[in-house]
Amino acid sequence: MALNLVWTGMIIVSIVYGLLSGSIEAVGSAAVQGAAEAVKLCIGICGVTSLWTGVMEPLSRAGVTAQLKNAFLPILKRLFPRSKNNAAAMEAVSANVAANLLGLGNAATPLGIQAATEMARLSRDGVATDDLCMLVVINSASIQLIPATVAAVRAAAGVENPFDILPAVWLASAVSVLAGILSAKVMARIWRAR
Amino acid sequence: MNLIMSLTVPAIIALAAVYGLYRRVDVFDALKTGAFDGLKITAKIMPTLVVLLTAVYMLRASGALDALTALFAPALRLFGIPPETASLIFIRPISGSGALAVGSELITKNGADSLIGRTAAVMLGSSETTFYVIAVYFGAVGIKKTRYAVPSALVADLAGYIAASWAVRLFYK
Repeated sequence: MALNLVWTGMIIVSIVYGLLSGSIEAVGSAAVQGAAEAVKLCIGICGVTSLWTGVMEPLSRAGVTAQLKNAFLPILKRLFPRSKNNAAAMEAVSANVAANLLGLGNAATPLGIQAATEMARLSRDGVATDDLCMLVVINSASIQLIPATVAAVRAAAGVENPFDILPAVWLASAVSVLAGILSAKVMARIWRAR
Repeated sequence: MNLIMSLTVPAIIALAAVYGLYRRVDVFDALKTGAFDGLKITAKIMPTLVVLLTAVYMLRASGALDALTALFAPALRLFGIPPETASLIFIRPISGSGALAVGSELITKNGADSLIGRTAAVMLGSSETTFYVIAVYFGAVGIKKTRYAVPSALVADLAGYIAASWAVRLFYK
């Protein structure tokens, strides 16, 4: 796992850099401080995080993803030209997008993998098709409407309006998804499968 | 604009309850179950955060984070990205909990309503753990040759970080 290397690297870099720059004493006390701050942070964010997963549960039980998904079908059919006649694939992608939008991560991933399984029927020798690349690009760019965890971190830091970052988050998400879709479409022309 | 913002969260809470009732869901039970799930999620990430925040605080104290910031400052300024977010930009595509650790350190250290604190929050809220998503999806269906998926996903990430920086500077001055 990537974190094995990342974490070990972080510790070694801080010790070596601390020794070289003479800040090793501060590194020592920071080691203890960070652990305490982590627990404080978790206690600080668990209120808003739980509220949000709580609010999402009735929506999820009421089948809101199933209701929402039809709204995305027309756009998604354009994004996935080779799968647009595969009803099972399109159904799964739309539900995946709907779940992502609502921040239902636990529901979104299985739906996305279901869509990927359908789309992978057209792939050969383990080579990603354009539709598979598009699916991955859309899922790796966040389209979550309410980033509850970040709002919780802001709330824990004591701001008055933890959710006032929403317009900026929406704009950044939209730009990111659009850039992903555009670059995928452009790269698909240059980076042919065969 | 402010009214819409203040209404968004209460409106979603109300909508969840009303829509749930309309679809004959046991709303209160669902709320409790969902909230408990949230507690479980927080409890689950706590050990990860304890370990990761320790490393982040050590890096910060050693001065290595400031060195990293200084190293990439010219390139990041070119895009209008606050250089202090360099560490967040590097860890965000690799590890979700790592990004949460780095991001929340930036938010608490600089102040949640500061330019850096806000940019970090918007970056966190508008991006995903790219490499993890790619690994999970392609791994699940046995794709070995990922073609342009990685570069394209990274283009999306970079565009998102630039947009986050500009949006914060534009909206909260």
